[in-house]
Amino acid sequence: MGFQVIKENGVTVVAVEGQLIVGNRQELKQKVLEELENGERKFVVDFDQTGYIDSSGLGVLVSLSKKIREQGGELRLANLNEDLRTLFELTKLDTLFKIADSRSEALQGL
Amino acid sequence: MDTELVLELPNDIRTIGHAVDYVMERCTACSEHAQKLDLNFRVGLTEALSNAMLYGNAEDPAKRVRVEVVVAGSEITARITDEGSGFDPDEVPDPTTPANVVKTGGRGIFLMRSLLDEVTFNEQGNSVTLVLRLESGDSPDDVSDGARA
Repeated sequence: MGFQVIKENGVTVVAVEGQLIVGNRQELKQKVLEELENGERKFVVDFDQTGYIDSSGLGVLVSLSKKIREQGGELRLANLNEDLRTLFELTKLDTLFKIADSRSEALQGL
Repeated sequence: MDTELVLELPNDIRTIGHAVDYVMERCTACSEHAQKLDLNFRVGLTEALSNAMLYGNAEDPAKRVRVEVVVAGSEITARITDEGSGFDPDEVPDPTTPANVVKTGGRGIFLMRSLLDEVTFNEQGNSVTLVLRLESGDSPDDVSDGARA
């Protein structure tokens, strides 16, 4: 369980392995903010290996998206399975994020 | 067979993921409903524990959270109790309004109510009981219906 950060075509891709919940959300936040401070502006969070997300995990994504936009950047989400999409739809956060079906789709045009 | 499980957790949010995994592993009788449990019950229990530790017990490491889980037939019930003074769950605003959807918090109780069949608080507001019915004819997709209710 953890977060894998890689660079792909000038985009910082963060893969969430396991879960994104109250107990590890700060780790994700710290990793993304470090990249933002280093000048990175384009981000994709990839949920291909993610089991579940709680409200704290959703909240940290909202917070990061706002901070990235304030710096002129963009955060996209990719590979949400049916359960995870349900969470975004229930909370209407699907209206706030650009959600791609795959990492490659998320990277297109970013 | 009915299953009863009681956990006393330290007030440490790092224990939540492990505690939820432990409860899910013990609920082997529910394996045929794994998908619904994986989303609805797992997220609901995580939210309840998170609320208990962060807000109920106000992150006080000296306090504890009690978890009681009963699987009776097709119904799984979890009661989560903290040592705080409680709160009024009806005062929590709707997180899906245009003004609130951009906020970073305030979705926990909404998710519990959306994903579970029953969510009830005791009068003091320091104990929440979650009920998920496994053979109600619902598919996991039915959570969206619950959200509209």
